[in-house]
Amino acid sequence: MKNNKSEETKDLQTLMDKVPDHLFIKCPVCEENFYNKKLGEYKLCPNCGYGFRLGAQERINLTVDEFTPIDSEISAPKRFLGDEKYAGKLEKSKKATDLNESVQTGFAKIGDTEFALGVMDSRFIMGSLGTATGEKLARLFEQATERNLPVVVFSCSGGARMQEGIHSLMQMAKVSQAVSDHAEKGLLYISVLTDPTTGGVTASYAMEGDINISEPHTLIGFAGRRVIEKTIQQRPPKDFQRAETLLKNGFLDAIVKRDQMKSVLAKLLAWN
Amino acid sequence: MVKAYDRVLAARSADKISIQDLVAGITDDFMELHGDRAYSDDPAVYAGIGTIAGQSVTITSIQKGNDTDENIERHFGSAEPSGYRKALRLMKQAEKFNRPIINLINTPGAYPGMDAEYKGQGYMIAQSIMQGLKLKVPYISVIVGEGGSGGALALAVGDTVWALEDSIYSVLSPEGYATILWKDSSKAAEAAEQMQLTPKELLDNEIIDKIIPEVKDAKSMQNFKEALIEKINELNKLPKEELLAQRHERYRKFN
Ligand SMILES: [Zn+2]
Repeated sequence: MKNNKSEETKDLQTLMDKVPDHLFIKCPVCEENFYNKKLGEYKLCPNCGYGFRLGAQERINLTVDEFTPIDSEISAPKRFLGDEKYAGKLEKSKKATDLNESVQTGFAKIGDTEFALGVMDSRFIMGSLGTATGEKLARLFEQATERNLPVVVFSCSGGARMQEGIHSLMQMAKVSQAVSDHAEKGLLYISVLTDPTTGGVTASYAMEGDINISEPHTLIGFAGRRVIEKTIQQRPPKDFQRAETLLKNGFLDAIVKRDQMKSVLAKLLAWN
Repeated sequence: MVKAYDRVLAARSADKISIQDLVAGITDDFMELHGDRAYSDDPAVYAGIGTIAGQSVTITSIQKGNDTDENIERHFGSAEPSGYRKALRLMKQAEKFNRPIINLINTPGAYPGMDAEYKGQGYMIAQSIMQGLKLKVPYISVIVGEGGSGGALALAVGDTVWALEDSIYSVLSPEGYATILWKDSSKAAEAAEQMQLTPKELLDNEIIDKIIPEVKDAKSMQNFKEALIEKINELNKLPKEELLAQRHERYRKFN
């Protein structure tokens, strides 16, 4: 009986291997396998509610009624492009995302409410914080300050962009300063931390919102898991650096499922 | 010419002056103040009030240990959220009493521990940067040895940022850089050459404003102290709006 079962499993596995990958999807959080049609337009795991990663444009389409991009042409400064490997990565990312940097910025509307919107794209060199990423975000906050508009930023990032070295680190200061100027004028900033938000982005504008919200099971942290494991010589638990843990520890205002995000943002924007 | 990695080793050298000796050397008198007022007192952050040439100043610093025990206690100069909370508390206090702030930095980076993450490492660094940029008092940061990543930046958003001759300031360690880009941490020396982390390169890139001759004797200590006094006097003369406008320009220009 036991033997039969294992053979049956083996057969199933062989069958599964022949099925095109994209038909079935495995949730990286709960590890449930499911038919891709069950993902739906919001790309949610039907079992645990985890939101699969979205490109910036997809996110914008799902979240706002109108969007007018600004500064789309801004990309990594020429002085970095001598590094051929980096230049190649940039080209590949541009093709994959249809963006010139790891964040799309512009002005958006939900209903009649206008606000400034920044959405990072994790497919663009891991959503890392390049000089141009920082420039676009700083300009977004500056323009919102000038026009008395609230700002919403959807972060997702592997952190600083190694290839731009210390210049990447300086973006944390530059953007934080623009956030602070915006705050001093009494304007609202909602930070939405999406999967994954780590490193220098967590240690700057993603954690500077008046309201910081996230999606279920989002990875949020400063240090990388591997660095931590190496330092403390033990494995952190499964819920380590997940949104639910940050909520419990007091670092998030709320966890909002992706299909509720638009209505929650509309409400918060209206109340402020 | 000194190779970049030699500078890395010098910045990390056990012979490097300790932060406590540096503070004792530049102040006439100094009293350490403790605690983050939330739950802890991080020994990696050494902070307090003192006087320099009669002028009261607040000093906050990130320090390594002088021996193994101290290093273990201070996580080899890696601060926890509690340390940043203490530093920020004392910097805000300096603002209240209109005292200049001097931050001395020797850290390989913020501590990568589980508890540090649970207690909001990212959040506290973010707040230190954002609130630090707006402090309405003269704010001088000095990279003394290692200036590691966001953990250093948290205390390095002042009106002017200096670096000791044997110091480095970078987005991550050369070992980490080599691991990420080439999957080989033994290529740290090669990484150091690429990273532009030496004081000379940092000055050329306007990341820092001044290189301070290495403090290793009474004369170089006096030189450092005089440079601080001169800068404090200069910044003290600026109207607050001008001080903040100049600081704003300093960080806005990184594009
Ligand atoms: Zn799931």
